[in-house]
Amino acid sequence: MAARPQGELSHPTAADTAADTAADTAADAVVSAVGIVRRFGDAVVLDGVDLRIRRGEVVALLGASGSGKSTLLRVLAGLDSEADGEVSTNGRTAVVFQEHRLLPWKRVAGNIALGLRGPGVPQRTAAALAEVGLADRGRAWPSELSGGQAQRVALARALVREPDFLLLDEPFAALDALNRLRMQALFFRLRGEHDFAALLVTHDVNEALLLADRTLVLEDGRIAEDNPVTLPHPRAQDDPGFGALRRHLLTRLRVPTSPDQS
Amino acid sequence: MTSTQVRAPQAEAGRTRPPRGSRRPGSTRWRRIITPLLIVALWEGASRAGILPPEKLSAPSDVLAAGWRLAADGTLWRHLLDSLTRAVIGLAIGGGLGLALGSVAGLLRLGDDLVDPPVQMARMLPHLGLVPLLLIWVGIGEPLKISLVALGAFFPIYLNTYSGIRNIDERLVEAARTCGLSAPARLFHVVLPGALPSLFLGLRLAFGAGWLSLVVGEQVNAQSGLGFMMMEAREFAQTDVVVLGLLIYAMLGLLSDLALRTAEGRALAWRRGLKAS
Ligand SMILES: Nc1ncnc2c1ncn2[C@@H]1O[C@H](COP(=O)(O)OP(=O)(O)OP(=O)(O)O)[C@@H](O)[C@H]1O
Ligand SMILES: [Mg+2]
Repeated sequence: MAARPQGELSHPTAADTAADTAADTAADAVVSAVGIVRRFGDAVVLDGVDLRIRRGEVVALLGASGSGKSTLLRVLAGLDSEADGEVSTNGRTAVVFQEHRLLPWKRVAGNIALGLRGPGVPQRTAAALAEVGLADRGRAWPSELSGGQAQRVALARALVREPDFLLLDEPFAALDALNRLRMQALFFRLRGEHDFAALLVTHDVNEALLLADRTLVLEDGRIAEDNPVTLPHPRAQDDPGFGALRRHLLTRLRVPTSPDQS
Repeated sequence: MTSTQVRAPQAEAGRTRPPRGSRRPGSTRWRRIITPLLIVALWEGASRAGILPPEKLSAPSDVLAAGWRLAADGTLWRHLLDSLTRAVIGLAIGGGLGLALGSVAGLLRLGDDLVDPPVQMARMLPHLGLVPLLLIWVGIGEPLKISLVALGAFFPIYLNTYSGIRNIDERLVEAARTCGLSAPARLFHVVLPGALPSLFLGLRLAFGAGWLSLVVGEQVNAQSGLGFMMMEAREFAQTDVVVLGLLIYAMLGLLSDLALRTAEGRALAWRRGLKAS
């Protein structure tokens, strides 16, 4: 991981809210990033991002299309060696991408077991498959799965690694509305059972408010807003307070809150 | 009136489509051998009737008889074995080099810069046109034939190894990285299987080019092999042996292709997708 010191040190917008969490000990964070800068040629996509995610915390990352959400996720996942800044992770990380990214030449079970070592791999694989409701599809080829099933396998492939920190890049965006709701419920249940921390990149404000403990808005290459979601679980879109948060976020993202506005 | 006009073609299509869609391959397959059989029959008939003089083209029955005679006295097997040995050695050398250099160029940026330009330039040379030069370099013995086969096999394997590796979805490699796979493990689990369809294509093209080179090489100058057998027969105007040689070349090509297709079907079972389980 490229961890070069950054010249520019003060980032008012994000640092202010990050100060709340500064009281936490370093061991309490699964990931902490300071001054992440990423350029593509002349375009500065990330311009000093600071971020800390505590153990067990689900954080939603919102932002306009092209604002650099995926870029930031790749930096945090250690997949980008050309970014400046410091990232330190604490514990195991796993990634779920927008596309399932299963290897077409390995059966479902083989995909989940990819890179696993140690005893009991078949059992762990089977258990992970059962958790996502696909216990009987271990022998299937990825091409035989529906989009929703493939995405559940991708989730199982991440979960089987028992991650402390799960990075998800619009994992449910390619699914139809009903499947998306199912996946969100599945995600919430699994999170309750495994207690991983997660960074959920999404463009779906409802999804963010239903699942996350905290929402971040990425804008102009920085974390422009960092708000806790204090709604009690189980959450629903018609909860009191949900609408207000939703409207606030949509306004922040410069999206009309209703089709009547233009 | 209008409604009947609209419906009429649909009804017609409905009548003709089911038989076309539900065509069972087994039931009409025999039709495909009618024309080949007819051609052989006509050929035999023309020979018997004296329309085809035997010094120009022997009758199919004579070709079979020649095959039987040469097989019985062992001449055929000796030539066949010599040809096959050259083919296998040449394919192994050319294919091995193609695979190695294609991997280096496909996997490493430095390898690409150093290896690919000369190979792309050499590719433009018709390798069979190198025969005069090869004769000067390696003489007329075994090395000539083996070099020709190796040259024929090298380029298809190199090009398809290279493009197979280059066309692998970078996102899959990245996903494998997030699963904790080391570089060698990624090579084995992602790059190799991902490039395999392309490798098989290269192998098939290499077999074809290898055979062709062998035919040419053995007819230029040789003391044994199928090509030599044919050239020798030509001197004595034994057209039956010449045709027999052609037939055996064709059969060997067919067999090697069949073997390769079978191996391909096994190795690439995942590509059958929905048909697999
Ligand atoms: N490999 C690359 N080369 C050049 N530019 C890139 C590259 N990857 C991303 N970018 C640019 O960086 C910016 C941010 O891209 P990124 O994919 O992170 O956006 P995003 O917030 O994930 O958008 P979306 O919501 O549409 O997925 C875009 O303007 C994009 O063009
Ligand atoms: Mg993105």
